[in-house]
Amino acid sequence: MAEISPHPIPIPVDVLVIGAGPAGARAALRARACGLDVLLVDENPDAGGQVWRPLPPGFARVLGSTPSTEARDGDALRAELRRAGVACLFGHKLWNVGTSLRADLIGPEGSMSWQPRALIVATGTTERVVPFPGWTLPGVIGLAAATILLKSQNMLPGRRTLVAGTGPLLMAVATGILKAGGEVAAVLDLASQGDWLRTLPSLAARPDLLWQGLQWQARLRAAGVPILYRHGIRSVEVAGPGFNICTQRVDAGGQPISGDAAPMFAADAVTVGHGLVPGTDVTRLLRARHRYAAGLGGWVADADADGRTSVAGLYVAGDGAGIAGAAAAGAHGELAALACAHDLGRLGAASHARERDRLQASWRKSARFGHAMAGLMALRDGAVAGIAPDTVVCRCEDVTRAEIDAAARDGARDMNQLKAWTRCGMGPCQGRSCGDVAGALLAMHAGSREAVGCFTGRAPLRPVSLAEVAGDYTYADIPIPKAAPL
Amino acid sequence: MSFDTIVIGGGVMGCSTALHLARGGMRVALVDRGPLCREASGVNAGTLTLHMTRAALVPYAMRAWQMWMDAEQWLGMGVLATQVPGLTLAFTEAECALVELRAKARREQGAPIEVITPERARQIEPGLHPSLLKAGYCEIDGFASAYLTGRAFGHALKGAGVTVFENVPVEGIDSGDAGHVVHFGGSAGGVREPLRAKRVVLAGGVWTEPMLAWLGVDIPIKVLVNQLIITERIRPVMRSVLSVANGLLSLKQFANGTVLIGGGWQGEGDRERGGVEARPQNLVGNMRLAAYAVPALAEARIARIWLGLEAETADALPIIGDVPGVAGAYVVGSAHSGYTSGPFMGRIMAQHILGQEPDLPLFDPSRLLGMPMPGA
Repeated sequence: MAEISPHPIPIPVDVLVIGAGPAGARAALRARACGLDVLLVDENPDAGGQVWRPLPPGFARVLGSTPSTEARDGDALRAELRRAGVACLFGHKLWNVGTSLRADLIGPEGSMSWQPRALIVATGTTERVVPFPGWTLPGVIGLAAATILLKSQNMLPGRRTLVAGTGPLLMAVATGILKAGGEVAAVLDLASQGDWLRTLPSLAARPDLLWQGLQWQARLRAAGVPILYRHGIRSVEVAGPGFNICTQRVDAGGQPISGDAAPMFAADAVTVGHGLVPGTDVTRLLRARHRYAAGLGGWVADADADGRTSVAGLYVAGDGAGIAGAAAAGAHGELAALACAHDLGRLGAASHARERDRLQASWRKSARFGHAMAGLMALRDGAVAGIAPDTVVCRCEDVTRAEIDAAARDGARDMNQLKAWTRCGMGPCQGRSCGDVAGALLAMHAGSREAVGCFTGRAPLRPVSLAEVAGDYTYADIPIPKAAPL
Repeated sequence: MSFDTIVIGGGVMGCSTALHLARGGMRVALVDRGPLCREASGVNAGTLTLHMTRAALVPYAMRAWQMWMDAEQWLGMGVLATQVPGLTLAFTEAECALVELRAKARREQGAPIEVITPERARQIEPGLHPSLLKAGYCEIDGFASAYLTGRAFGHALKGAGVTVFENVPVEGIDSGDAGHVVHFGGSAGGVREPLRAKRVVLAGGVWTEPMLAWLGVDIPIKVLVNQLIITERIRPVMRSVLSVANGLLSLKQFANGTVLIGGGWQGEGDRERGGVEARPQNLVGNMRLAAYAVPALAEARIARIWLGLEAETADALPIIGDVPGVAGAYVVGSAHSGYTSGPFMGRIMAQHILGQEPDLPLFDPSRLLGMPMPGA
C-alpha cells in the first residue's frame, strides 16, 4: 500500500497536558518552570476547568461588579499561564491518543498531531446521575450543568428550580440560584445531617469552607427553602409548563423506603447530581491498569503518588485520577509535572525529593476535605438497587434497567458484553454518563465491580466528523490498498 | 467431566458446530477463554455480501446468508439480519475492469451479480458519488448486527443442552487412544478439572495456529487486524450495502441510523496483544473512501473506532476438516469473510463429525501442511 501521510507529521514536544483545570494548568506551569517544552490543551476557550470556568468568548463582567473568589482565582491562573509563556491550545479537542502517546487534535484550523515524550492527563470528572423516571426530560439537568450556567453566564436553570442529589454542589447550586435571583423549590439531599457532621473533622484545616457552608445553609433557611435530608427524587413528570416532582425518603444506603408518603413539589427546572466519576477515557484507551475505588468516585487509573500510571510516560493528575477536590488538584498536577521532569532527566533526584515532599504535604492537607466530600458523593448501592425496571439508564441509546437485567440473565458478565447485547454505552457519550451506574447494576448479577470491569476505551475521545478527519482530497488522494483475494 | 465432543473456541463457527452437534444427539461442551463471540464474531462489520466473498466460497455464503436471515427460527433469537441490495463501485477505468472480472468469477459460482450502469446504480442508491462509472449489483446482499451474535447463540446453545464454559483459557490437550483431555491454564488452571471427550474441535479463529500446535501440527495462520469505524445515528443517507471494486470498503446504514465503515484497512496489533490501535493514515484513507462513495457521510460524526482480528490461511481458503494425523480431532475456521459463511461452516463441520455427508465439501486441512504463507 502506498504510505501517505495525510496527517501532518506529529510535532514533537516534551510534555503535553490534557485539560486546563487546576491540575492541568498547575502541571503545565510546573513543567515549564522545570525547563520542559510543554503544551497545554483544552477544548474550552480558556484555562480554568469547571471550578474556575472562564467567561465564554465575547462575554465580560458587568462593570463595577465584584467577581466571586472563584472568578478571581481563575483570572489569576489565566494571567499566570500567560506570564509564564506556557504554550496553550484552547478550543481544541483531543480525539485520539496513540500508544506512542501521539495526540491527535481537531481545532479551528483543522487536524493536527503532537508527539510528546510524556502525557499528563488532567481531564477531571463527569457528573453521575442515578436515573429516575423523567431524568432525561429537557429541563432536568445536572448540578454540574447548573454550575456552568450560573458561573459562566449568570443564567438560571429556571424560574423555580428543585435541587436534588448529594455532595457539596447541592448547597452551592441552591444558593447560586438564590443569588442570581431565582427561586428554589426545595433541596433534597440523599445524605443525612449525620453524614455531613461526620465530615466536620476534615474541615478543621479549612475553616473558610466550613464558614461558607454555614452561610449557604443560613441563606437557604432565610429564604424559606425546604431542605430535606435523606430524600431523593422518585419521579419527575411534565405538568403544564413545568414539572411535578415526586420525592421519596431513602435509607442510609440510598434505598427508597417504600410505602412512605413524601412531599411533592412543583418547579419548572430540576437540577440533580449524585456525585462525580473520574474521567478515565484516555487511560482506558491506552490500556493502563485501572482499579475500582468507590471512595475516589469509581474506576481510576492505578497510579503512584506522583501520578505515574502503568504505561510509561503516561501520568494522571487531579480529580480525574480520583476525586480529592479542586484545592488538592493543583498540588497533584505539580507532582505529576515534577515526576515528568525527573523521569525525562531534567530534574535531579535530590531537588525532586525536596519539592516532592513539600507538595505531597500540601496535597495531603487539601485532599482531606476533598476525600471527605468524595465519600459523601460515592455511589450508594441502595440507590442503584432502587432504580425502577422501566427507567432509562443509558440515555444515548434508551437502554432501561430491565434490559440490562435481562442481558445479565442471558449471560452477560462483563461491561463489554453488556454493551454489545444492549447497546448500553454505545452512543455519543461513549458510556461516560451511564457507565458507572450500569456497572453497578451488572455487578449486582456478577458479584463485583472488579468482575464486570469497565467499557474498553475507544477513539474518538470526542465525536469528530468524517470531514474533519478526512480533510480535503480527490479520489486520487485515497491510498487504495491492493485488492483482496478473489 | 466427560463429553462426546469438546469445541474449543466460542465464535460463530465454534458455536454453530457445537449447536449442530448437540442437535445431532451428542453431549457437547463449548469452551472459550473469554465470553462468547467477543472476538472477530462479535466485532466484525456484519456484512452479508457476495461481493466480498471469495468466488470459491459463494455457494457456502449463499447457504449461510439464508441461515442468518432465518436466525430467529433456528437460533430462537435474531441478529437483525436485513436483506438489502449490494453494490460494488468502480470510479476509474481500472476499477471497471476489476468489477467485470470479479462479477464474472462470482457469477460462475452461482452468485446473482450483474454489472449495471451508473444511472441504474443511482436508482438503487441515490446518494452515490456522481463520478461513478459502473457497479456490480447483487440482490441478495445484506447485513447483520454482529454484536448480537453471542447472545443469539448463547440462547440457542443453552436450549440445545450444550455445556458452555466462558472465561476459561485452555492450556493444552493430551490426545491418546482413549480420547482427549483438555487442560486449563491461567486463573482457571488451579481450580478447574480437565475435561475429557472422544473428540475435540478447534475453532479458535486467529488462535488456530497455536491451538493446532497443542496437537503437534504446524499450519501457519495469518492475522489481519481490521479497522472499523461507526458513526453516530444520522438521517437516512443510504439503503444498500456498498463495497468498492477491490473489496476494501464495506459500508451500510443500520436501522438505528448508524453507518458502519469497514473493508479491511489494517491497524496495529497481533495474535498476542489483540487489536492495539488504528493507523492514522489508514483511518483517513478508509474515511475518505467512504465519504467519497456516499458524499453525505462527510457530515456524520464518528462515534467509535475499533479493531478486530481476522484469520487467513496460506491459500486464503478455509480450514475445515480432520486435524492431520490426530484421531478424533477437527478444526474449523479461517474462512475469508468468515462471518458471512460462519454458521454454514459450523453446520458442515458438525455433519462430518456426526458421520453424515456434508451439504458441501469441507476444506481439507492437510493441504496446508508445508504450504508457505505468501509474503512470509
